[in-house]
Amino acid sequence: MAANPKELNELKTVEFSLNGATISAFEDETILQAAKRNGVDIPHLCYKDGLRADGNCRACVVEIEGERVLQPSCVRTPTEGMVVNTTNERVNHSQKMVLELLQSDIAEKKYTLNSELDQWSQKLDVGLPRFEARHNPEEDLSHPAIAVNLDACIQCTRCVRACREEQNNDVIGYSQRGAHSMIVFDIADPMGDSSCVGCGECVQACPTGALMPSKELGMQEPDRQVESACPYCGVGCLLTFNVKDEKIIYVEGRDGPANKSRLCVKGRYGFDYIHNDRRLTKPLIRKPDAPKVADIESLTEADINNMFREATWEEALDFAANGLKDIRDERGGNALAGFGSAKGSNEEAYLFQKLIRTGFGTNNVDHCTRLCHASSVVALLEGIGSGAVSNQVAEVKDSEVIVIIGSNPTVNHPVAATFIKNAARDGKTLIVMDPRRTEIARHADHVLQFKPDTDVAMLNAIMHSIIKQGLVDKDFIANRTEGYDELEKHLEDYSPEQMEKICGIPAETLHEVARVYASSKASIIFWGMGVSQHIHGTDNARCLIALALMTGQISKPGSGLHPLRGQNNVQGASDVGLIPMVFPDYQRVDNPEAQARFENLWETNLDPNPGLTVVEIMEAITEGNIQGLYVEGENPAMSDPNLNHARHALASLKHLVVQDIFMTETALFADVILPASAFPEKDGTFTNTDRRVQLGRQAVQPPGQAKQDLWIIQELAKRLGLDWQYSGPSDVFAEMRKGMDSIKGMSWERLEKDHSVTYPCETDDDPGQGIIFVEDFPTESGRAKIVPAAFTNADELPNEEFDFVLITGRQLEHWHTGSMTRRASMLDAIEPVPTACINPADLEKIGAKANDMIRLKSRRGEVECYARADDGLREGQIFMPFCYHEAAANLLTTDALDPFAKIPEFKFCAIKVEAAENA
Amino acid sequence: MDIAVTRKRNKMRGQQRGRSVDAVALQQVLDLLGDKPRRRDLLIEHLHLLQDEFGHISAEHMTALASEMKLAPTEVYEVASFYHHFDLVKEGHHAPPELTIRVCDSVTCELNDAKGIIKALDGKYEGKIRIQPVPCIGRCEQAPVAVVGTNPIPYADVDKIAAAVDNNERHAKAPDCIRYDEYQKTGGYALLKKLTDGSLDKEDVITTLEDSNLRGLGGAGFPAGRKWRIVGSQPAPRIMAVNIDEGEPGTFKDRYYLERDPHRFFEGMLIAANVVGTDAIYIYLRDEYAGIRKAMTEELDKLHANPPADLPHIELRRGAGAYICGEESAMIESIEGKRGMPRLRPPFVAQVGVFGRPTLEHNMETLYWIRDLIEKGADWFTSQGRNGRKGLRSFSVSGRVNKPGVHLAPAGISVKELIEEYCDGMQDGHTFYGYFPGGASGGILPASMDNIPLDFDTLNEYGCFIGSAAIMIFSDQDKARDLALNAMKFFEHESCGKCTPCRVGTSKSVKLMSKKDWDQPLMKELSQTMSDASICGLGQAASNPMQCVLNYFPEELSPEAE
Repeated sequence: MAANPKELNELKTVEFSLNGATISAFEDETILQAAKRNGVDIPHLCYKDGLRADGNCRACVVEIEGERVLQPSCVRTPTEGMVVNTTNERVNHSQKMVLELLQSDIAEKKYTLNSELDQWSQKLDVGLPRFEARHNPEEDLSHPAIAVNLDACIQCTRCVRACREEQNNDVIGYSQRGAHSMIVFDIADPMGDSSCVGCGECVQACPTGALMPSKELGMQEPDRQVESACPYCGVGCLLTFNVKDEKIIYVEGRDGPANKSRLCVKGRYGFDYIHNDRRLTKPLIRKPDAPKVADIESLTEADINNMFREATWEEALDFAANGLKDIRDERGGNALAGFGSAKGSNEEAYLFQKLIRTGFGTNNVDHCTRLCHASSVVALLEGIGSGAVSNQVAEVKDSEVIVIIGSNPTVNHPVAATFIKNAARDGKTLIVMDPRRTEIARHADHVLQFKPDTDVAMLNAIMHSIIKQGLVDKDFIANRTEGYDELEKHLEDYSPEQMEKICGIPAETLHEVARVYASSKASIIFWGMGVSQHIHGTDNARCLIALALMTGQISKPGSGLHPLRGQNNVQGASDVGLIPMVFPDYQRVDNPEAQARFENLWETNLDPNPGLTVVEIMEAITEGNIQGLYVEGENPAMSDPNLNHARHALASLKHLVVQDIFMTETALFADVILPASAFPEKDGTFTNTDRRVQLGRQAVQPPGQAKQDLWIIQELAKRLGLDWQYSGPSDVFAEMRKGMDSIKGMSWERLEKDHSVTYPCETDDDPGQGIIFVEDFPTESGRAKIVPAAFTNADELPNEEFDFVLITGRQLEHWHTGSMTRRASMLDAIEPVPTACINPADLEKIGAKANDMIRLKSRRGEVECYARADDGLREGQIFMPFCYHEAAANLLTTDALDPFAKIPEFKFCAIKVEAAENA
Repeated sequence: MDIAVTRKRNKMRGQQRGRSVDAVALQQVLDLLGDKPRRRDLLIEHLHLLQDEFGHISAEHMTALASEMKLAPTEVYEVASFYHHFDLVKEGHHAPPELTIRVCDSVTCELNDAKGIIKALDGKYEGKIRIQPVPCIGRCEQAPVAVVGTNPIPYADVDKIAAAVDNNERHAKAPDCIRYDEYQKTGGYALLKKLTDGSLDKEDVITTLEDSNLRGLGGAGFPAGRKWRIVGSQPAPRIMAVNIDEGEPGTFKDRYYLERDPHRFFEGMLIAANVVGTDAIYIYLRDEYAGIRKAMTEELDKLHANPPADLPHIELRRGAGAYICGEESAMIESIEGKRGMPRLRPPFVAQVGVFGRPTLEHNMETLYWIRDLIEKGADWFTSQGRNGRKGLRSFSVSGRVNKPGVHLAPAGISVKELIEEYCDGMQDGHTFYGYFPGGASGGILPASMDNIPLDFDTLNEYGCFIGSAAIMIFSDQDKARDLALNAMKFFEHESCGKCTPCRVGTSKSVKLMSKKDWDQPLMKELSQTMSDASICGLGQAASNPMQCVLNYFPEELSPEAE
């Protein structure tokens, strides 16, 4: 965020002599940095901003008066009165000799247009190397996204530091020694076979092209660079699109507050879905004779091609709007519903919900937050009056204890995970609670691999222990909360000794974790879908909130509650009202004051009744109460639970309008399909998990006749009788600020300048509040409410026939339902086929081997996929990503709902597993 | 559907990403490690367990060990591959033969036909036994030397080596040294007790050290008393590290003393720990000294069983074949279980050393003299010396002299005096031609410069230094340029690979020096950068022998030279 000017003034400076001139350096600034600031460039190769200086290449050596040998200016800090020479003959000789030695060893073939070694050699006028070359290793092209050409390697270890110290992936090593020293992956394995997660941080770090994007993309000069953001998860990484011939050719991390130039494999290598030849480029209208088939698996390519005909925009928009209007006019607005998107911008989401509320005349508007964090949000609103995170991810540096529960951040929030891993490496205590042992567990001090579904039992036991150990924060409880006494009473029955049998974690561990969490100076809790996607998801979250409140582990730096948001704009879409019960800024639709505010702003009457949620809408469709649906950028035919049921519902709709960039599974049910824009094809703001509002900027045009979503929504609005005149996202944003106090101080101009501004942001000069609830909670009383939760079981427990527990989720390379990532060539190449993870012992039990085809069956459906051995799963558990249409995990899942949040239980259902005959 | 279901499955993964842990290998690792801590700093110790047990370390074992120690596989691999005593075997590669014979081919052994022995052994065993040329193993007075398994064979020839192989004499024996009981009977540990009961003042000990001007005997020569004061003034907890990674070619004095009187060193070490106030002591012993390791382990056990005073935490750590770990900061990295790559300084190890704590680091011999110094007084030490210098030095003398060995002689003695008075002169048929005054890195001087006092500081003006006082004498039968090349190959072999001037510089130097005609201007240019811009002493000194040949033996480089 904006630097605090007061702090700047306090920086101490030292004066030293640089090439005869007296200059001043900030404390902790190196000679190299101070020199650069004063216009003196010192050659350097192993040093890169943002990476720990290692001082190994010695290209930056300088002479310091009184010291016997030359010193690396990238590491040494000036002291008062130090006399430094960066250019005399002695210094120049060694700087040049170092460059010449390195030049003598690298191959003639170039892999990058931006070799720092070449650039410095040129600047220092280093001639042809006079030394015999080393023997160079072979190329390694085993990774789909990254080419390894160690004949260009200068052993500077920037990649090692990027992989280890930035990303904490620990894949790249520096092996052997002396002239044999070599960069390796794992234990000198081909990169493609190694544990490399493809984040590309090493590529970004490499100064000589030894690590580059595959297919020699590094040798292409981009026509332009566009500063934008990542379209995938909620971490909100800022990045640069490099565009050539109106195509994105590669992506680089940009120094955003949430990513510090880091990216993950999706952000860096998952961009070419937008250029996929399967993009929808023309509006399509269903042929009158094409029936809607629930069993989409049976459809052939020819069937699909025969299902729709091309149309003009005018015709398609009229068709789309008329179908909706007819239902509205005939059966009322509540016979319509809309699913907006957490992948669209805030402006799109805002206009979408405004369209549903004012054009359709209903509050039946929802989006995938329902399937992700609805229960977290319900519990948070109930407990602390706000669904937003209390602290930002970056604050882990201020934490002493970090708890991750029900989240696999190295896969789902990879860049956020890097900061957590960094903190763990720096000595912070990391506690991981998850039924699966995932990658982050390697970095943890305590790993609680509890039995699935027993979160409440485990968390209650921890709270019980905190009370028994006398570690509650009495002042905080007395001054900031209500309801503690009931909790204390409620917890009496939840001793760790009793709960140990239920959750499978030894009482001793529970006591220890209770002590560590409660007694630290600052503890923070991160959680994900493992907490929320249960029928007791709200109760799970209530426990976490109670845990933080009873110990006062909130409202201070490095201490609080952070539900990690999934989609890049799920926070923003919720903020701007893409949920059925609230207007923008979580103002309840049944609150007359809020209603009046928006009726005034939107100049229309509004329905005072909360609308239906995602799964309820599907239910209402099945019952015939909802007949028309407008889906923008969502894929319920893949993402909903119990897909057979959901797909039947979609097939039964009278009128379905789908606006998307691909022919998704949901689009197969559409009456009309409107080809829309992908992330890099438009401007807009997106709000990350940290409440940072960030600008995505257009890099390329939508393909063919595809249109920007904002335009499409407006065109539909016009046809539904609304007189909208927004010239672009900034217009929409300006209107949003009128209805949303949280972003009152955030102007579009400021966003353009700063790229990222945190809300709450009340005034023009408010830097944005990273930590909230410092003084009080936004509840009526100003106090937080502690809500006890009782342990209950999942909806569908295993029995003799269905004896496995199915846990669904995501995998690193594939986003959500796979609609984007499976069409991104490099991601698809890394993870091309559906797999289910299974404990090796179980695999043996069912008579199959790794890579064999196995069949998973639930009471609702069955799928076949490849077995992946994973000893991170306990016996009796299966994990399956839900991104594979050819083996859609949600055919198996149950649509049982959490009673408070209506979120389905994606994380637990009973299945049976067998080897498939054709294995 | 949009995506073809049947696609080319080029990258199917039936496992989690990367290598998965092999259950059998993991069990073997668990069995070997037993209840030993899984701390990262013990990585090298644990790798030794695997190497000792299986004769090599497989990919499966590395992966399993990584998992058990909560490390990434590459963290194990990069450490294991740094140390030459670990034989790493990946899938599809052969494990080395069960037995390895190591033959030293450093300077003194090369003078004694190590190459011939290696060739003969290769011919004799034809790969059934691995014959491995290795750098100096610290027995130069017994050159040529081979090691069968861990059993050193002094004055080796093929017959002696074959006899050891045939008689299955593969393990080093503990030396016949003064043991705990005997040491105590002759007044040992009395000083330590006096220190702990208060009858000996800590300040007096430091003053004695300062008055004696005892300097670090590992090579750098930092005054010991001053070091104690500096470290003692740092915030606790403080740590002590003892350097017995004696690897400088030509040096064997530490081995010599430890084979005779290890408790004299222990007592000095414990006195230092007491005076400076260090909570833990890490003794880093080179792996080649397997016999000493045996003895020290036994004697440390006895000390712990029957301590003469409260003992700090003591760990004996085993090197793994890396000369660079004799560099103080590289040794610290190694103690922490990492690749032995020197750290950049500042911060100095006295402030930030082992585990980031202030660290008192000493060469073994420095501590060995503490008892004598206190008992006999600073004057005893300073009253000795020659040619204007003060004190005593333990010269490791080897090469073409009649009586090589450790000679405790006055500091400042010249090489001429050393040869004549202590070494019974040159061997028959050999005329003194030149000498290395300080191991492989201290440079090379011609016989014409035989009167320079051998001590700290006195050799600097000649581009040389005394270092660990390893004097290697060569004769008219030898060529300085060949020996310099031997030294440079050693540095190439032992460079850690961290900084460019050393990693690339040593390698390019070997190439240049291997040519018949030396490109002298280029060598000088390269030499300057190696000395000026390398991180540590290895790289900074590596070009000394080359530079000395250029300076002092020009006749060997003239086109007319044969």
